[in-house]
Amino acid sequence: MTPAISIRDLYKTYDNGHKALNGINLEVQQGDFFALLGANGAGKSTTIGIISTLVRKTSGTVEVFGKNVDINTYETKLDLGVVPQEINFNHFEKVFDIVVTQGGYYGMPLKLAKERAEKYLRQLGLWDKHNQQARVLSGGMKRRLLIARALVHEPRLLILDEPTAGVDIELRRSTWDFLQDINKSGTTIILTTHYLEEAEQLCRNIAMIDKGEIVVNTSMKELLQRLNQELFVLDTFTPLQQAPELPGFATNLVDETTLEISITRQQDLNQVFEMLSARGISVKSMRNKSNRLEQLFVSLLQKNQA
Amino acid sequence: MTTSYKLIALQTILIKEIRRFTRIWVQTLVPPVITIALYFVIFGNLIGRRIGDMGGYTYMEFIVPGLIMMAVVNNSYANVVSSFFSQKFQRSVEELLVSPVPNHIILLGFVLGGVARGLCVGLIASVIALFFSGLHMHNIFVTIAVVLMSSVVFSLGGFINAVYARNFDDISIIPTFFLTPLIYLGGVFYSVELLPGIWQTVSHFNPIFYMINAFRYGVLGVSDVDVSYAFGILLLFTVGLFAYAMYLLHRGKGLRH
Repeated sequence: MTPAISIRDLYKTYDNGHKALNGINLEVQQGDFFALLGANGAGKSTTIGIISTLVRKTSGTVEVFGKNVDINTYETKLDLGVVPQEINFNHFEKVFDIVVTQGGYYGMPLKLAKERAEKYLRQLGLWDKHNQQARVLSGGMKRRLLIARALVHEPRLLILDEPTAGVDIELRRSTWDFLQDINKSGTTIILTTHYLEEAEQLCRNIAMIDKGEIVVNTSMKELLQRLNQELFVLDTFTPLQQAPELPGFATNLVDETTLEISITRQQDLNQVFEMLSARGISVKSMRNKSNRLEQLFVSLLQKNQA
Repeated sequence: MTTSYKLIALQTILIKEIRRFTRIWVQTLVPPVITIALYFVIFGNLIGRRIGDMGGYTYMEFIVPGLIMMAVVNNSYANVVSSFFSQKFQRSVEELLVSPVPNHIILLGFVLGGVARGLCVGLIASVIALFFSGLHMHNIFVTIAVVLMSSVVFSLGGFINAVYARNFDDISIIPTFFLTPLIYLGGVFYSVELLPGIWQTVSHFNPIFYMINAFRYGVLGVSDVDVSYAFGILLLFTVGLFAYAMYLLHRGKGLRH
């Protein structure tokens, strides 16, 4: 099957001499939910900008569903919906008009554009506000409006650049549900995010970009398996004066009833409980302290910088 | 890319532009109308009575075409430069740039938006003029053609200004320091015959001089220049500015990095 996105030897040097991309090669298969991760300035938004033609590449090729964006610009743009990182609609326009106008840019007759606008504004919980100026929307609602606008022409490929930045947890989770539904219906999704939990929850495949180079490109499952160490937080019934010494495990007492224990993949978690029991410490609850992907992300970037 | 697609995209941009300037009508439609009304009252009525006839018409009748044309070209320019620069500034122009709308449709859409506002203000100015002066129409075809072409030329100028502009100061420099002097020295308030010899010659290098005189010919039948020559100048500017604006869009100047 033709990939949704195929990027070969993509370079970008800005006019000020900054090399944003240093020969990126990337393929995203049709139907995928793909995460593109990287620190600020790593090259994510430049890559998206080149795909959507907002940024001019220095060299390389980009194909969307097998069509070159330089040659078949019209066809590739019809297949593409972009949710930018920054809010970029006119705040004084009505919510409904913003989406309908975008439909018009894609050649949709007014009646169809209005139907689609209503469909997506309803699905994204914005229909109540459709007749109000966009400036009255909350930050999270504005981000959802960007999604509705990008979907009005029902693209086969949706690219979201930090779609839930600054969005509260409830709205973020409902946006995740919506995106998963869209993906299940056949839309390929590429997501860049700073919320690594978001990538872990949603995406099947992942690429990490650093200093304009792809440093990891694999499945989420395979990537998470590389993580060798996890940090668990245990809440104890027994107040502790100091962290218990557990041979083979690193421990840290956060407060008198909160204990952190670092465990590698090869170690047996039952051993921990046995040793704690033997010391008269009973555990009330346990949770994973940090996002696993975040740990891996940091360690990979550190390796790349070394 | 089908013609119907292009027409829908063009219509979308035009409707958006009209919606914009009518939404902020207090900023876009009222001020020029008040300014024009003041010109009629002060220059046409109060001072004009003491000036006497010009070109065979009362001074009020003589300045009406120039004032209407001034309103049209100023507003055509202002609409495009402020609309396109605002969209650039708040990045909503990216809605258009990521879409499949071809560059010539983008340009045409903004120009037609400028023409729409120019004609709207010109029409209101014409209605106000009726309170001060009788309605003359020497040649309706020349009148309509000149006003449309002038509006297009200034809309294109506004577009190019907006492409180059980096801040809000940049969109007021050209109108303040170049367009306003050229308009005032283009014969809105006087016949070029009143000027000393050298200044008559200098006036012929001002493109707005031709627009105002051609429009005055359409309305009153009097002009300081040959109308066909004025049309040639207008055509030249239309083609030249359109080509340059297309070149800027193709290069992505100030729009694509």
